[in-house]
Amino acid sequence: MTPAETKAREVLYEEEIAGGKHWSFVLRRGSLLRLVDLQGGANVGMLFYNPHNTLERYNAPDTLKCQHTFKLTRGNCLYSDMGRVFCSIVEDSVGWHDTVCGSSTRAIVAERWGLQSYQEHRNDWTLNGHDSFLVEGGKYGLGRRDLAANVNWFSKVAVEDDGSMVFDPHNAKAGGFVELRFEMDTLVLFHTCPHPLDPSPEYPRRPIAYQITRAAPVAGDDYCRGFRPENGRGFENNRIYHLLSHPGAG
Amino acid sequence: MLKESTRDPATAVDRKTIPAGDYWIQEVERGQVLRIVDLKGNQAADTLFYSAADPAERYSAVDTIRAQRNVYLGVGSKLLSTSGNVLLEIVADTVGRHDTLGGACATESNTVRYALEKKTMHACRDSWLLAVAENDHYGLTKRDIAHNINFFMNVPITADGGLTFADGVSGPGKYVELVAATDVIALISNCPQLNNPCNAYDPTPVEVLIFAAPA
Repeated sequence: MTPAETKAREVLYEEEIAGGKHWSFVLRRGSLLRLVDLQGGANVGMLFYNPHNTLERYNAPDTLKCQHTFKLTRGNCLYSDMGRVFCSIVEDSVGWHDTVCGSSTRAIVAERWGLQSYQEHRNDWTLNGHDSFLVEGGKYGLGRRDLAANVNWFSKVAVEDDGSMVFDPHNAKAGGFVELRFEMDTLVLFHTCPHPLDPSPEYPRRPIAYQITRAAPVAGDDYCRGFRPENGRGFENNRIYHLLSHPGAG
Repeated sequence: MLKESTRDPATAVDRKTIPAGDYWIQEVERGQVLRIVDLKGNQAADTLFYSAADPAERYSAVDTIRAQRNVYLGVGSKLLSTSGNVLLEIVADTVGRHDTLGGACATESNTVRYALEKKTMHACRDSWLLAVAENDHYGLTKRDIAHNINFFMNVPITADGGLTFADGVSGPGKYVELVAATDVIALISNCPQLNNPCNAYDPTPVEVLIFAAPA
């Protein structure tokens, strides 16, 4: 998309979020969510739930095996455990996003960077991804039993032949972006806390911006739908779901 | 790394064969050893673990692989919980490596992977849902059915980010053995999948043995 086209889109909402923070919202089907890494080195942990039945949630293993991939990039769909597509990755300047490393925890932050308490540092304390998800999920009645393997946007962890996992510190560049098109109503929990394998010597606080716009209707030759034969069947599951649960919307 | 066990099956305090498509749920006490045997080879044992004292704390695939910096499970792998505690450790293994990224089969994911009309074929998640419903004294529900281990399953990851379900590296009689670091609930679905090579298109029984904690 050219800058002119971006400008032409009606922006429903946009804002910046500092590093080491968390937030959440419900996005309607047909929303576009664009995430931008403002300074490079960002990480956005994200989880997805069906707001009408939060037992339906993002399933990283299904997402990976359905598309025969270990990484997430343009064309990939993010699947729920019910065989439906929460969202499609319609734009991606980054090329590799992680979904198998989970979140930073209080213990990881303490060990790698040292804990900075709220008492002493106010809002420059060192929040972690795991606790961030608990707080955001709690707003919707979700608890620790409901957490799952999350996406880590902008972060790359590659695997060597022997299975070793290697974090790539150069994956996320300033201005990098990824855009998600929501194929069903979705509760989105997210945080900007460090990736759990980030080797930065200091607790990294990388700000992001996000922007919400309306997507055009999904075309018959849509890139994500046709990216894999499996995605065509995932979209068909969404169509059936909307047909049966929201008559006229299928 | 391959490592054989010195334990004699005749000394097991409990033995049970799990037919393909069936489940097994049981508590394993701290110090006890759980052995899972791939009786006929190339089977997949889809396994979840919970802390018996607090079943909301459960096996976490992402924390486990991240802590050991390796995506495959084998001898020496400490299976971590969602709270970062060690639930069990793999102490013997004649297979070489086990998958914990591929997840379990479900009727819904089968529609995506194979065909919409395969939605009524039996799947691991159905076995788990029946297991937690029939054993509701544990207080487990669909909320607790999470990202599992696939013992005996081979899911190679490539350097460029590929992931495939490959023919098994397991074989008849191969096994894996785990010692419980705390009291756990073990829940196994012996995979009924008929659509991919994870069990050689021919689901077969596995056996579980429990050995007493060393005196």
